[in-house]
Amino acid sequence: MNAMFRISGAGRLSQAKTASFSFDDKSYTGIEGDTLASALLANGVHLVGRSFKYHRPRGFLSAGAEEPNALVQIVRDDARKTPNVRATVQELYDGLTANSQNRWPSLAFDVGAVNDLASPMFSAGFYYKTFMWPKWAWKDLYEPKIRAAAGLGVSPEKPDPDHYAARYAHCEVLVLGGGAAGIAAALAAAETGVRVILADEQAEFGGSLRFESGARIDGQQGYAWAQGAIAKLKAMDNVRVLSRTTAFGYYAQNFVGLVERVSDHLKSPGRDLARERLWQVRANRVVIATGAIERHMVFANNDRPGVMLASAARTYLNHYGVAVGRNVGVYTANDSAYAAAIDLKKAGVNIAAIVDLRDNPSGPVIDEARALGIEINFGRAVVSAGGKLRVSSMTVQPKNGGGGRTIPVDAILMSAGWTPSVHLFSQSRGKVAFNDETRRFVPGTYAQDCISVGACNGTDGLDATVDEAYAAGAKAAKEAGGKAGKSAKPKVDAGESWSRGMLGAAPGAGPGTTVKAFVDFQNDVTAKDIRQAVHEGMHSIEHVKRFTTNGMATDQGKTSNMHGLAIAAEELGKPIPQVGLTTFRAPYTPVTFGSIVGHARGALFDPTRRTATHGWAARQGAVFEDVGHWKRAWYFPKAGEDMHAAVNRECVTVRKVGGLFDASTLGKIEVVGPDAAKFMELLYTNPWEKLETGRCRYGIMLREDGFIYDDGVVGRLAPDRFHVTTTTGGAPRVMNHMEDYLQTEFPHLNVWLTSITEQWAVIAVQGPKSRDIIAPLVEGIDMSDEGMPHMSVREGKICGVPTRLFRMSFTGERGFEVNVPADYGEAVWEALWAEGQKHGATAYGTETMHVLRAEKGYIIVGQDTDGTVTPNDAGLDWAVGKKKTDFVGIRGLTRPDLVAKGRKQLVGLKTKDPKVVLEEGAQIVADPKQPIPMKMIGHVTSSYWSENCGRSIALALVAGGRDRMGQTLYVPMPNGTIEVEVTGMVFVDEKGERLNG
Amino acid sequence: MLLIRCPYCEEERPELEFRNAGEAHIARPTNIAAESDDDFEKFFFIRANPKGVIYERWRHIHGCARFFNAVRDTVTDKFVMTYKAGEPKPAKLPGAAK
Ligand SMILES: [Zn+2]
Repeated sequence: MNAMFRISGAGRLSQAKTASFSFDDKSYTGIEGDTLASALLANGVHLVGRSFKYHRPRGFLSAGAEEPNALVQIVRDDARKTPNVRATVQELYDGLTANSQNRWPSLAFDVGAVNDLASPMFSAGFYYKTFMWPKWAWKDLYEPKIRAAAGLGVSPEKPDPDHYAARYAHCEVLVLGGGAAGIAAALAAAETGVRVILADEQAEFGGSLRFESGARIDGQQGYAWAQGAIAKLKAMDNVRVLSRTTAFGYYAQNFVGLVERVSDHLKSPGRDLARERLWQVRANRVVIATGAIERHMVFANNDRPGVMLASAARTYLNHYGVAVGRNVGVYTANDSAYAAAIDLKKAGVNIAAIVDLRDNPSGPVIDEARALGIEINFGRAVVSAGGKLRVSSMTVQPKNGGGGRTIPVDAILMSAGWTPSVHLFSQSRGKVAFNDETRRFVPGTYAQDCISVGACNGTDGLDATVDEAYAAGAKAAKEAGGKAGKSAKPKVDAGESWSRGMLGAAPGAGPGTTVKAFVDFQNDVTAKDIRQAVHEGMHSIEHVKRFTTNGMATDQGKTSNMHGLAIAAEELGKPIPQVGLTTFRAPYTPVTFGSIVGHARGALFDPTRRTATHGWAARQGAVFEDVGHWKRAWYFPKAGEDMHAAVNRECVTVRKVGGLFDASTLGKIEVVGPDAAKFMELLYTNPWEKLETGRCRYGIMLREDGFIYDDGVVGRLAPDRFHVTTTTGGAPRVMNHMEDYLQTEFPHLNVWLTSITEQWAVIAVQGPKSRDIIAPLVEGIDMSDEGMPHMSVREGKICGVPTRLFRMSFTGERGFEVNVPADYGEAVWEALWAEGQKHGATAYGTETMHVLRAEKGYIIVGQDTDGTVTPNDAGLDWAVGKKKTDFVGIRGLTRPDLVAKGRKQLVGLKTKDPKVVLEEGAQIVADPKQPIPMKMIGHVTSSYWSENCGRSIALALVAGGRDRMGQTLYVPMPNGTIEVEVTGMVFVDEKGERLNG
Repeated sequence: MLLIRCPYCEEERPELEFRNAGEAHIARPTNIAAESDDDFEKFFFIRANPKGVIYERWRHIHGCARFFNAVRDTVTDKFVMTYKAGEPKPAKLPGAAK
């Protein structure tokens, strides 16, 4: 297909390298190096989308990242459908498939466009006013409808198959923006030998040199100079040059987030190439050279396809070789649009007329335009654009009113002036200042070690820009430790200078008018909407913004903020700085979730911890549960068993014979040193000084407020060495808690703390046959009841490897916990398993562990306690050393509320119907007939079916629970109220005889 | 992401390596069991929560694991200085007037 608007001899692309693509199922041909926008324009396509609210037909406003209108969906496959891609940024590749958005059934005939006719209904604040009540309607009616109507693009149906890379980088000088200013700054900094990173969002460097045909630097055309300078920088070892890389966020201490688009421009990226790469750069100095963005003119129907920024038309011509029309009108309030008219005219495009709001401007570009025979109208305004799917005319009037005429055109180029891109400066927490003379916000007070140069600093003219940028680059490098380099400042031979322009609505769209003169294209906000917001009482720009949604679309108001502010200021009768500028927030342009997430998804999202016996358990068919980061064997079903059957069998077998359980996930901390016992005295409620070597004790750790923080069995291996165990989930915080006190409150104690959780695998062997299972494998330990009584610890060997053998029980049966170096864990387990098989022992998982401990009333911190439970509440007063004068929590325990009567206490519950198993978390009341809301006196903390008891059992926290023994209480549930009896917490072997059984 | 200077490692490290540990210079009473209810309340529950300069504890938990003290501005988030645990509150802050 012929690209009718490609001008031979214009632009920098090689006409030979064609690329075919489709837009809304129609095939076109473009050229390698095109953007989707330039390729469509080359084919004469301006209509590319429908607007968000009114579904008005829209075309291209810009040729860059600020684009508010031309949002399309790029489709690679079912999993790769990227919505809201700016066609002005998307590079063309052969086979690219793009679709328009927000239209049905087609782009040219869109049913939603009825919103445009009904637009009085949709004026500013419409959402707030209309969808207020009734309440039910929001959920059932308004929200679903709005969501369906408001969608821009559609989501892919499959998970994202691409991968996203991430890198940290450090440098002395980070230069953001690769136009003339950024390149000059990077050259100066690079000469000093420091590490420099230069990043630009475009595929090619040069910034506005891409369209400024008049620029000449070092004897070359500006764009050619830029390419040469970039080649020079790339060849330097101390410089990293990143194209297609947007600095989207400027954070504390010169930490800048950049996203590099690695493969979105490639036909077949291949699996080994990341889609995007996140760069997190820490820079000693940052040079911000982000340029300026041209503003549109605010007049009626300024959104018609074909109406665009003058600099955009110039870029399409001078870089891509594309004319945006054949008969072009120009509407401007400053000089720079003249240059666009001149370039187009020279390329053979007819310029129907230039309409300039200014009364008597003068200057070389105006003279040149006149010399080329272009009609120029001073002091006049374009009050309306004609046409619907494409602009067809412009109506021109004297700016103070009077008779107008309509000029046929197929495109209108507009320029209201340039807005410095202070986004990143503002994100760095710098304060912008309003320059009354040039009427623009420029960097004022700096908050970080950065400097703005060139157009984003309000510096006009190429010569001044390069001077300023080169000096700033050299200074930044020197401050960051660079050596004085040889100065090779680029010499600007010729450059363009942009003059001022206007802010706010143009004549014909001012106060009292109701025309659709768009300020914010993407959110369909008109000048009238902003004035209405002020009339309705929005006097701060932040309120105006939220009420009208001006600047709140994905383009974040890059073209609209200043116009909106000026209109609000005019309406309020206040100077612009008093109305204030809204805050600039990251990201500068939309960033994919993928680039933020990077590799941290799927299995790499969070670490998984596996114990030494994980493989064995998996081979046995264990079902695992997640406990923190750990995978723990939950139960070991035999063929045909469900969870209930497996757990029942495991529970019975452990009490009848014995069982093996992997307890390796318990936290373990070694407390060592001459003052180890003193330290233990301070950190736990129990007495430790008199605990003999070789004995164990159940310890309780409190916070200073007196509440239980953790618990576990502690063995004394030597006078100066304790082997402390913690809960599985509590291991890190207990270690932190201990370190905190040791380092800051008790630094006089000579103690060393070491986490040994991962060093020791722990195999619990429990049940009447436990000693018989272990003994044959143990060397050097007397395992008789006299030699190794309950709650003792011995060091010796098992299966020939070192062991710390604890005699302890979390089941109420005779029991041991075999600690062996983790590397031997699986081998020792297999040996113990083989012994256990001889007796008929079972492997059991965490569920059986929970049931067996509940049968004995052993608590689990974090399940039966919740951070508001004292040792007394839990029935553990016996574990608090009454003669101790200090331990963490000693004062908290005597707080009035903690010694008051009626506190919730842990008790047992038996349902009147033994078959009913209570729900954990269920609330308990004393009188089920009381009116709702009932007074809740406690809740169920643990509840299980106990096959050993032949009934359900439960633990509960109940107000004054220990004084309620034998009382009937009630658990109201949706299906009826359950009667329960308050009992003691021990359901099996109340006397504890089985510990030696 | 902030850079925080660990006074033990004597270098600036990224915020990810650190964890905040609450307000600094609140010493645990030596004879805590004898504290009145009011004094215990002040010691354990009451915190300054200032707008501006705050003295707080941090731990270089993924580094040398030491607890230390820091002076930070809660408005700008900037660290004014850091110093070792046990050292007194600095009499004068760098950059402060006089
Ligand atoms: Zn450190």
